Amino acid sequence: MTQHDIIIIGGGPAGLAAAIAARKAGIGDVLILERDDKLGGILNQCIHNGFGLHTFGAELTGPEYAERYSDQVEELGIPYKLRTIVADVSENREVTYVNSTEGVVTVKAGAIVLAMGCRERPRGALGLPGYRPAGIFTAGTAQRLMNVEGYSVGKKVFILGSGDIGLIMARRMTLEGAQVCCVAELMPYSGGLNRNIVQCLRDFNIPLLLSHTVTKIHGKYRVEGVTVSQVDGNRRPIPGTEEFYECDTLLLSCGLLPENELSRQAGVGIDRVTGGPVVDDSLMTDIPGVFACGNVLHVHDLVDYVSEEASRAGEHAARFVKGSVPEGREIRLEGSGGVRYTVPQLIRPDTMADSVVVRFRVADVYRDKSIAVYYDGVRVQKRKKRIMAPGEMEQITIRKDGFAASVPEKITVTVED
Amino acid sequence: MQSYELTCIQCPIGCALTVTVDGDAVKVTGNTCPRGEAYGVKEVTAPSRTVTSTVALTGGALRRLPVRTAGDVPKAKIFEVMEQIKKTRVKAPVKLGDTVIENVCGTGTDVIATKTVK
Amino acid sequence: MNDNFDFDVCVIGAGVVGCAAAMMLGRYELSVCVVERAEDVCSGTSKANSAIVHAGYDAKPGTLKARMNVRGAAMIRELSRTLDFSYRENGSLVLCFDEKDMPKLNELYERGIKNGVEGLRILTGEEVRRLEPAVSDKAVAALLAPTAGIVCPFGMTVAFAENAAANGVEFRRLTTVTGVERRGEGFTVKTDRGDITSRFIVNAAGVYSDVIHNMICENKLHITPRRGEYVLLDKQTGELVSHTVFQLPGAYGKGVLVTPTVHGNLLVGPSAEDCGDPEDTETTAEGTASVKQRALLSVPSVPYNMTITGFAGLRAHEDGDDFIIGESAPGFFDAAGIESPGLTSAPAIGEYIAELIAKKADARPRENAVTERRGIPRVSELPAEERSRLIKEDPAYGVIVCRCENVSEGEIVAAIRRNPGAVSLDGVKRRVRQGMGRCQAGFCTPAAAAILSRELGIPMEEVRKNIPGSELIKERI
Repeated sequence: MTQHDIIIIGGGPAGLAAAIAARKAGIGDVLILERDDKLGGILNQCIHNGFGLHTFGAELTGPEYAERYSDQVEELGIPYKLRTIVADVSENREVTYVNSTEGVVTVKAGAIVLAMGCRERPRGALGLPGYRPAGIFTAGTAQRLMNVEGYSVGKKVFILGSGDIGLIMARRMTLEGAQVCCVAELMPYSGGLNRNIVQCLRDFNIPLLLSHTVTKIHGKYRVEGVTVSQVDGNRRPIPGTEEFYECDTLLLSCGLLPENELSRQAGVGIDRVTGGPVVDDSLMTDIPGVFACGNVLHVHDLVDYVSEEASRAGEHAARFVKGSVPEGREIRLEGSGGVRYTVPQLIRPDTMADSVVVRFRVADVYRDKSIAVYYDGVRVQKRKKRIMAPGEMEQITIRKDGFAASVPEKITVTVED
Repeated sequence: MQSYELTCIQCPIGCALTVTVDGDAVKVTGNTCPRGEAYGVKEVTAPSRTVTSTVALTGGALRRLPVRTAGDVPKAKIFEVMEQIKKTRVKAPVKLGDTVIENVCGTGTDVIATKTVK
Repeated sequence: MNDNFDFDVCVIGAGVVGCAAAMMLGRYELSVCVVERAEDVCSGTSKANSAIVHAGYDAKPGTLKARMNVRGAAMIRELSRTLDFSYRENGSLVLCFDEKDMPKLNELYERGIKNGVEGLRILTGEEVRRLEPAVSDKAVAALLAPTAGIVCPFGMTVAFAENAAANGVEFRRLTTVTGVERRGEGFTVKTDRGDITSRFIVNAAGVYSDVIHNMICENKLHITPRRGEYVLLDKQTGELVSHTVFQLPGAYGKGVLVTPTVHGNLLVGPSAEDCGDPEDTETTAEGTASVKQRALLSVPSVPYNMTITGFAGLRAHEDGDDFIIGESAPGFFDAAGIESPGLTSAPAIGEYIAELIAKKADARPRENAVTERRGIPRVSELPAEERSRLIKEDPAYGVIVCRCENVSEGEIVAAIRRNPGAVSLDGVKRRVRQGMGRCQAGFCTPAAAAILSRELGIPMEEVRKNIPGSELIKERI
């Protein structure tokens, strides 16, 4: 069986950054496996600008951001296989992939970086009643068809969900001549960035209906319209508030789900809230030598953070291959009181870096509240925030020297007054 | 005197700005930092945007080439710029940053390729 | 046989019954054509049902339903091997939740014995839970039918259609019958694509079988479309139960089932609502909620947060409550009112009708009739070596298009090139499961549409989900 030092599953922003970091950390034998016919992943279809402010200090489009990384991969001579799907990952770090030139191949890896990304929540999972006609697309599928293949999926569009992809597509389809009647959002706040609400909706006078959802899809063969209802505090439609919108297309932008089929097959422990692997401060899962980063780990708001996190995963994978294994005592991290989750979920004080960034999301919109960190019930950090919203990731830093005196069993991150 | 209600997009706080224009005098309230004031003034006096789209591509592995305006163009010209972009066809190979349309619609900014296609 | 007609037999409807009849007719020296108003076979009732092979204890002894059910179940067991479609004999349980209902459970048992169902047993509540730990404590007893099974209704219908085509049966899809008239000894079948003349007609028009029947027969039929809603769950949940778990009809209503599917999903349903509209396949918030609620009576732990889709199907309920099978007018053979256990009974109905027609037409069995068929290989399920060999022969088998169900481009191409082949996204989906998985075609739709466009030689704007009017793409930008 062929052996590679590090195998990276996925050639999107996370996989590319992890591969580059691993190579720069001195690992020669890094292999990227990518299922699409090009590197860059979802960035290839995100032709809008707004990427890279943190990483490059410039406002890049998705393809530009991707090319900066794929160029580095080429310059460093990191091998990759395109149109290659990973069929299986085993607990002992064997990776089975399939492509049309080699057939089915199983290779052994010194370390694996999971970077498979996420997918969009489909209609079925939303339980939208009505017919099942053509014309219902996830926003990302419509985006791919338009920006990569050059096809428009509709002329009169209703968008359910105010996730960023939905907002971006509202503008994109408007620019291509479609009429976007409305964006409806189940929650009382938008899931997307402020800037997208302003530049994608308000610029084009597209209404945003908060606390609304689609309660019926009309049209047996092609979408002919949707019934939209207001929802109450428990997100249940309020009878009598139904309104009909005529449209030929329904786009769904209702959340992203980390794509962890392979992780599950391998036996990687999955966090119920993030839908991604449970990892320690080195981004290693509960299977030694298997690391995770990017949207497969938890859904990010900005690609810049994906790249940063993936670089760390790549470095740690490199260290693992060189024999430095994360181990020793374990501190559990836990979100509470409005903090939905933390990544990582575990810190190993004996092998951790001098400081570790912990990312999380909050459950509601909070104004003028604080993020507080407790070590076994004792508050050690408190930071006031003007605003926190579920659509944006928050972070804290845990320093190793904070454990010099004693190591807590549990670190709690919370939102408080 | 005219008054505009805006949401500031300079940071996640999203301050609710009120911008009043009285002749040459532009006044911003509701902001909590100087960036908000600058944003408010610009949004009502000379709003501008980067336009991103795709153009038809021949001779390459892709059918569409992603493009953007190199800088911002006046907001009022967005659809005019789009019309130009829709009419444009490009032949591969193209390099990221190559000019696709010069001085689009007289805005003084070019439309450039955002992807390299061999 | 008869030079005066285009075909000996015209089968109206390419659902599972029509395709079974066509397949069985094709095994005689008869020329057969099948007309179908949808763009593909298996597009009506056959596509949205419980996918159950009923053991045969439900129907009253002596009825056509009882006879066809037991015979059909035995045929499916055999045909799943010779025609290569997914079938599993997983057994079924009918749960009884009230001691007072025990006589009804015993009655089912007695009926089953009379109908010739093998292996039936009444289990105590404890025995049931030993067998199926997820079953509710509220179940006090159950009827176990080990010969009940689950089948892929698309796979079976397509297999029947392909086998029919292999014996020369002609499929005319996207062809709607607008009238049936007498023409000498036979008929003229009027369609929106011209007339077809045939000596015999098989009416297998599902929820429209009354309309077709009433075009030619004196005694009128009335079919009530009865809508049933289902909820389908992710493959991670498919092992929650191994048997098909029914509920004994009781004070709470007719009951819904919880069953694994042959592909490893969990299926819950159906509701039952007389809707009167043969096109009304929409799901409703109330219907879905009621199905979900009622299923929890049997299996309290169904994880609905793992739902991947919901759908509704129509059953053709006939007022007389039995199958209408036979020669209703000279030369006109009905297979009407085929509701549950219609899927199970289909091959038996096909066999029976083919025998009747062959006898009347004095047709001999076809010499060297094709009786076997290989399905499209499920490459992801092949052993590595075999899969590699297949990829070497045809590299398209190495390109995975649908990542949820691991469907390769090669399989999709094969689905399109078969006879009758897929011409729509739904047709591809039903043949090879592209888009049937947890992302419900979100990811693979563009790629699958591109393959259809290429293989059928049509622009992307003409690729459809199913019939004309269901195009995906509005325009090229």
